[in-house]
Amino acid sequence: MPDRAASVLDVRGLKTVFRTRGGEVHAVNSVSFHLEKGELLGVVGESGSGKSVTMMSLIGLLPSPPADVRAGEVLLDGRDILKIPPQELRRVRGARIGFVFQDPMTSLNPVFTLGDQIMEPLIEHMGMTKAQAASRAVELLELVGIPDARRRLKSYPHQFSGGMRQRVMIAIALACDPDVLIADEPTTALDVTIQAQILELVKSLRQKLGMAIIWITHDLGVIAGIADRVMVMYGGHIVEQAPVRELFANPQHPYTRALLKTIPAISGPREGRLEVIEGQPPILMAAPEACPFRARCEYRHDRCDRENPARRASTA
Amino acid sequence: MFDDGPRPLVQVQDLRMYFPIFSGIFRRHTGDVKAVDGISFDIVEGETLGLVGESGCGKSTVGRALLRLYNITSGRVIIDGEDVASLGPEALRKKRPTMQMVFQDPQASLNPRMTLARIIGEPLNEHTDWSTARKLDRIYELMDAVGLNRRFANRYPHEFSGGQRQRIGIARALALNPKFIVCDEPIAALDVSIQAQVVNLLEDLQEKLGLTYLFISHDLSMVRHIADRVAVMYLGRIAELSPRDPLYAKPLHPYAEALLSAVNEPDPVRAANRRRIILTGDVPSPANPPKGCNFCTRCPKVFDRCRTEKPELREVETGRFVACHLFDDKPQAAGSTGASEANERNQQGVTQ
Repeated sequence: MPDRAASVLDVRGLKTVFRTRGGEVHAVNSVSFHLEKGELLGVVGESGSGKSVTMMSLIGLLPSPPADVRAGEVLLDGRDILKIPPQELRRVRGARIGFVFQDPMTSLNPVFTLGDQIMEPLIEHMGMTKAQAASRAVELLELVGIPDARRRLKSYPHQFSGGMRQRVMIAIALACDPDVLIADEPTTALDVTIQAQILELVKSLRQKLGMAIIWITHDLGVIAGIADRVMVMYGGHIVEQAPVRELFANPQHPYTRALLKTIPAISGPREGRLEVIEGQPPILMAAPEACPFRARCEYRHDRCDRENPARRASTA
Repeated sequence: MFDDGPRPLVQVQDLRMYFPIFSGIFRRHTGDVKAVDGISFDIVEGETLGLVGESGCGKSTVGRALLRLYNITSGRVIIDGEDVASLGPEALRKKRPTMQMVFQDPQASLNPRMTLARIIGEPLNEHTDWSTARKLDRIYELMDAVGLNRRFANRYPHEFSGGQRQRIGIARALALNPKFIVCDEPIAALDVSIQAQVVNLLEDLQEKLGLTYLFISHDLSMVRHIADRVAVMYLGRIAELSPRDPLYAKPLHPYAEALLSAVNEPDPVRAANRRRIILTGDVPSPANPPKGCNFCTRCPKVFDRCRTEKPELREVETGRFVACHLFDDKPQAAGSTGASEANERNQQGVTQ
């Protein structure tokens, strides 16, 4: 067990199930992890691996029904935020935990000015007056590198490009100085040169503000450049968790190994043929009783079909 | 022309594609979005040309214009000896079997009400007068070729995963034995582990059937894997066109350099040691491109001449074409633009 004294966020045995007409989909299965102060935890996995659902269920953003958080506890500074009443949870979201969504085009409200949208959490959570909120909003926009911030408060989202909108999203998430920032694929919808700008911005913000970040992505390249620790998800499970250099240099789980081999490199020798992982990721229609990766695993043996391997610390 | 090196299958000469802007109450023509603004390149038979660039740089427009999915503004697109841009409707219909396309979004490019067999067989209905049995044979053959189980022939697209849908799209593109396929971001909508499957399939098919690809993508590491030569586009023009290895080893155009440095290396040790060039600002609007060089608003190496004079694409090393004033210190740099253009056409990718 890692030392959890410094953890800001501690998630234990989280289970989320979606009730659908076709039956129950077990999207998150006994997920446990912790986040230390000032750390950047990368979460990688393919679509449908449960990475976004995990993060959304731990701050109660999933509509219920169909979603149902069945079990687990989420300790934010020792308090279980799954059990607190909705009004109080609202005070946690935005104030203690900031969230940046994937698509900057659709996550800003088109009929309000950016100023209104940045000031909203400040007035709501910090009890600021409009004038105070406005000057704080200018500071925030300057912090995320938007020039001419005071004039920009009156602009609408459509007047901004994708990269600028993502900067605004980050500014909103940072508005109340949260302890934890959850960024769900924040650079996926952006072009590489703009992506590089946002990654630089996040690196510098971490140095300045020192909050803990959970960074969800499917891009291993992004993770390699930015994360301290990485969590690999597959079929609603965490299959491997390791410090970033360790994970890339010495992957343990067969899925992680296979995943690292499928991506072509930008430098170094060029492979003749890409390695592939045959088959498709699973759709979990029942509670998992065997290893979710067994159908695509090259090391499959009897025991894989019988029991779901427990998560244990490996000393390689 | 005869047996002297590889023959260009596709020749693009000064292709321009402008989309008109109409505004005001009279819907008057007030300007153009210059999506593609004068580009030229050749693709040799059996080769894969990668076309990379950021969103909005016009790379998809090039792909679509090549297959005459748009009526182009000006320029010539010669595919297998015929100028596609000026063919009449019936001649164009006859030409279509030689050139096909694989689309980005396999979800949107397959008709949800048609079975897999009907989707793959549709080009055969249109362009052949084969019997039903013969068509079905061909459909099965295509399904085998792209790795789809024959039992799936009567299923609908929604029953398949993204990777399998992309295989359906590829089978449809192959139905008429094309020579040239435009792959417009064929893997962008797929998961990493599925991307490799589709790329391997495309490579196998190329080897087996001798296909020529234009591979449009924004994923530079995948383009490095699949392409023989790479064209880097910026704001409707080609910034650099080079063979793959020299480009990735040492990009010449400042934009190509910045673009490559921005790619995330999936290796934390190398990522920590890399020097990134962070471009400031955003891509200007193609409706109102900057005067002079397109890239002058963001270029880290900009100087006065860039703001006034548009650089032409010219050969600076063997086989490497760059549009940048930094590489202009060659003899008779300025002067007869006509000569340099002709030069450019002859030499692109053709070893004569």
